[in-house]
Amino acid sequence: MAALQGSTLDAINSNQEQLLEQWIASLEANGATRNLKEQVLKQETREFLQLLSEGLQSGSGNSLAGAGWDAVRRFLEKLSSTRAQLGHDSHQTVYFIFALKGPLFALLQAHYRDDPATLAEQLWLISELLDSMGMHTIRTYQASRETVIRRQQEELLELSTPVVKLWDGVLALPLIGTLDSQRSQTVMESLLQRIVDTGSEIAIIDITGVPTVDTLVAQHLLKTVTAIRLMGADCIISGIRPQIAQTIVHLGLDLGTLTTKANLSDALKLALTRVGGDLGQRV
Amino acid sequence: MNVRDSGSLPVRIEQDVVLARQLARKLAGECGMRLVDLTKLVTAVSELARNTVVYGGGGDMDWQILDNYGRTGLRLLFRDEGPGIPDINLALTDGWTSGGGLGLGLTGARRLVDEFELDTAPGQGTRVTITRWA
Ligand SMILES: Nc1ncnc2c1ncn2[C@@H]1O[C@H](COP(=O)(O)OP(=O)(O)OP(=O)(O)O)[C@@H](O)[C@H]1O
Ligand SMILES: [Mg+2]
Repeated sequence: MAALQGSTLDAINSNQEQLLEQWIASLEANGATRNLKEQVLKQETREFLQLLSEGLQSGSGNSLAGAGWDAVRRFLEKLSSTRAQLGHDSHQTVYFIFALKGPLFALLQAHYRDDPATLAEQLWLISELLDSMGMHTIRTYQASRETVIRRQQEELLELSTPVVKLWDGVLALPLIGTLDSQRSQTVMESLLQRIVDTGSEIAIIDITGVPTVDTLVAQHLLKTVTAIRLMGADCIISGIRPQIAQTIVHLGLDLGTLTTKANLSDALKLALTRVGGDLGQRV
Repeated sequence: MNVRDSGSLPVRIEQDVVLARQLARKLAGECGMRLVDLTKLVTAVSELARNTVVYGGGGDMDWQILDNYGRTGLRLLFRDEGPGIPDINLALTDGWTSGGGLGLGLTGARRLVDEFELDTAPGQGTRVTITRWA
């Protein structure tokens, strides 16, 4: 089987500066250097070329799976995750590798000027190698991106469940958006914790911003209310819009055990009569 | 009766239930459904899509916008290749659940739409078709 030749490696090693210069120019021309410091880019390209040269030297062939390519794989994994954090898209990220093709091919063309057969073979092999590096970069980029997105989702989860203190002894939890199992869990936990922390007697859960109340949402609400009552506090559900009320009836949900109010201000009025506050005096 | 438009959506994981609801909401809007009817339909979709994921092991939601002599409606088919339902009468009883649910999904969905059809057998998967006219 054809292999990458020592002569190809020599060509790369003895033309490093030229390769680096053309490579960086190609990266810049294609917008793959956005938000990157020149210093960092210079260091990254130089380091990669060095690792590429060592990989070729190791004789691991042009399959990236070989042990001789360990360092290159690790480099690309780190690159992908820093690019993902910088907000680079997959195209910009993988272009780090693909931008090297042009300069490298030009170099080999000049190097094997008099030997077209070897040129074709070496070009093919180096191209395969760079493609597999590109694939590896894309794959790890994807994984890093997913990690970033998951973290953002978790942050959002926290943000979108604000428990606010409306009055001494009265907490409110305005729910907005869909209530899937994970979010319901977070919501319930933070509400229960706040009830303990503030020693509140009444919690108002406002569902004006919840588009669909189905059996799962209802079940979560019922469980939350039960838990609140077990803690010796009470709960009012507010913001049940007319269309939701009709749907709940047809669905067959029995929310008769819950205290409900049409809107948040009615719920607050009711809460205040229970905790002995007077809206007229203090607002 | 004419099919004016149709399509399909995979319903495999819990997030797909949200997508199914959003698509149903959009389609019902295109059919000119009133807010109450739209809300009822979307809630039924939520129940059936979740059953498809939870009990059916994932499946698809096929949709059709129907035109019946000037009357517009939305027909949705939830199909999976899961275990099927052994006792249809039991499954269609208010409050019966094999999991930890409220047992109101199927019966509730049936009450929320104009037409409801359940086609299932043990080992044969489950197909639920619902239609709501605007
Ligand atoms: N696609 C399906 N495949 C297999 N079994 C199903 C399917 N859909 C429903 N079932 C069975 O029918 C039962 C009743 O379903 P239903 O949706 O009414 O209640 P549930 O899902 O248990 O609770 P919930 O009230 O939260 O929906 C389920 O517990 C399940 O055993
Ligand atoms: Mg169900």
